[in-house]
Amino acid sequence: MSIFYFIAFLSILFSVLVISAKNPVHSILYLILTFFTFTIQYILLNAQFLAIVNFIVYMGAILVLFLYTLMLINLNKDSEPVKSNMVKIAGVLGGGCLLVVVVASLKAIGVSQPVLLKDPGLGLVKNLGKVLFNEFLLPFEVSSLLLLSAMVGAVLLATKDPKTT
Amino acid sequence: MGTADILIKFALILIIFLISLVIAMYSTYAERKLAAFFQDRVGPNRAGPFGILQPLADGAKMFLKEEIIPTNSSGFLFIVGPSLAIMTACIGSAVIPWGQQLTIGSHVIDLQVTDINVGVLYIFGVVSLGVYGVMIGGWASNNKYSLLGAIRAASQNISYEIAMGLSIIALLMVTGSLSLKEIAAQQHGWHWNIVYQPLGFLIFIICAFAETNRTPFDLPECETELVGGYHTEYSSMKLGFYLFSEYINMFVSSAVMATLYFGGYNFPFMHSLGLSANWVTILGVIALFIKIFAFIFFFMWVRWTIPRFRYDQLMDLGWKTLIPLAIANIVITGLFITFLK
Amino acid sequence: MESLSNKRKVIESKPLNFWERIYLPAILHGLSITMKHFLFKKDVTVRYPEQKREFSENFRGMHSLKRDEDGRERCTACGLCALSCPAEAITMISAERQPGEENLYREEKYAAVYEINMLRCIFCGLCEEACPKEAIYLDGDIVPADYLRKDFIYGKDKLVEAPLNQ
Repeated sequence: MSIFYFIAFLSILFSVLVISAKNPVHSILYLILTFFTFTIQYILLNAQFLAIVNFIVYMGAILVLFLYTLMLINLNKDSEPVKSNMVKIAGVLGGGCLLVVVVASLKAIGVSQPVLLKDPGLGLVKNLGKVLFNEFLLPFEVSSLLLLSAMVGAVLLATKDPKTT
Repeated sequence: MGTADILIKFALILIIFLISLVIAMYSTYAERKLAAFFQDRVGPNRAGPFGILQPLADGAKMFLKEEIIPTNSSGFLFIVGPSLAIMTACIGSAVIPWGQQLTIGSHVIDLQVTDINVGVLYIFGVVSLGVYGVMIGGWASNNKYSLLGAIRAASQNISYEIAMGLSIIALLMVTGSLSLKEIAAQQHGWHWNIVYQPLGFLIFIICAFAETNRTPFDLPECETELVGGYHTEYSSMKLGFYLFSEYINMFVSSAVMATLYFGGYNFPFMHSLGLSANWVTILGVIALFIKIFAFIFFFMWVRWTIPRFRYDQLMDLGWKTLIPLAIANIVITGLFITFLK
Repeated sequence: MESLSNKRKVIESKPLNFWERIYLPAILHGLSITMKHFLFKKDVTVRYPEQKREFSENFRGMHSLKRDEDGRERCTACGLCALSCPAEAITMISAERQPGEENLYREEKYAAVYEINMLRCIFCGLCEEACPKEAIYLDGDIVPADYLRKDFIYGKDKLVEAPLNQ
């Protein structure tokens, strides 16, 4: 349990650093660390497959692409767009609303039951596959359709219009 | 788990770590020597007999050289880059089964650091993490060439990871397990996976070349266009770490290929020799290392044969050839499994 | 345009056929070629400091200041070599021969100091041609490497031929 609290503390710390870091590249690197702590949490829950997929997909692919795009952005101070007062006021209002919600939710706080796994082997590949393809077949297929449509959309965006060329 | 078991694991980790470092060291020597032989030369022959001490001399040189951190670089990340590169290179060897079990007294020693349920995916994750060392180092150098090298590395690794993953999926359909230990054990005798997955192996080895940034896909450090690529600004042992991590990567990916497709520690007539279990295990480890060295030799052989690809050719090959081929391979494998088994 | 030399060749670039497009046969062919070199071809290199390739007859290496048949230095410090040197690598200080030194120097005037800066020298051989006394020849070995610039200024100790009967 103490490992859990330590890792949870680290994830919160790194996610605070993600939004407070001045340099966008640093903030991405903190985000990578945050995801890494999530991976450790999954391993603590014995969800090996989820852990490794989180590792590969988020840390290994998506954040690499984030970093990739950020590297191409000019990060000089003088190219930073000047934010108008309206934007600043909107930001303060939005942040204030979020704060109110967080404080309100703190009021309703209660100690939750410790998470107990009914089936400790659930996170292993074989069991997870069985669950996904039996109980949750429909949501699984629907989400794969969603991914497919996103892929088709990306291809459509990338192909040049033959008329314009 | 008793103290003795923990100590044994610790010793095993240490031995594997040392072996991968020594092999990486001598890969630099082998690379230079083999390059010389392929080009009708002699190669390094001054340090010790046949130049056998050359890697030590190179290492001493790397350690003693002046260390330069460019003024405009992001200092901390500049150091993190090579450290990450070598770390991700080293941790890949944790799930590879180096052999069967050794029995010493009452202790049964598994020659594998850890047998996790998702071994293949772990290797895959470590490989995909490897690009961070290159990217962070390239970005932190604050140099155009380094940045270009880092960007090339990132896009190349991501593109080839997809084809690599798809080729592994076809393999997993055959083996039915993600644990490397089980995959190695299944290939007992002559049931090597290369027999069932020739096309998958071809795709995998091409992707392995791309993932380890070896010629013909060494565009991230392409000297003719990018000076030194991502390590242009690096000097001293930090550069050494980058070069070293490439060789460790090569060693680990050779071990993975040997385990996944070439039977791992299995060798023919394993159990008809009439040897005791320990001897079979030791011979198996030797067999695995022979396979690994053969792959490392192949890596170098290809390096001194094929010229570098152009960047658009690289992307064409990855996206338009390898990925469709890998998908076709999955379909063919599926058909075979459904109708012939 | 009409070719004047009739040497122009029209090259047809045919589209690659299937086997050429999948590259693998070509790659295997290339691998077999390199393997042939790996296994069968002999090294073409010479292990230099231990083994030396024979120099051609008109090779120009390190200078040597010659002696005549009686073992006396031929150089008379006329300065023609220094004058002809395009790289201005040669300097010398002349001195008059004292009585009793006839067995050392052939002429009445000789070079007390004779220095060639090997870092400047371009080994063109013009000093050799300019010398009226046939005293300087570039018939030596390759000038060896060294650590300090001052060590490349060769004095008479390195340039003059060893005396006879030694």
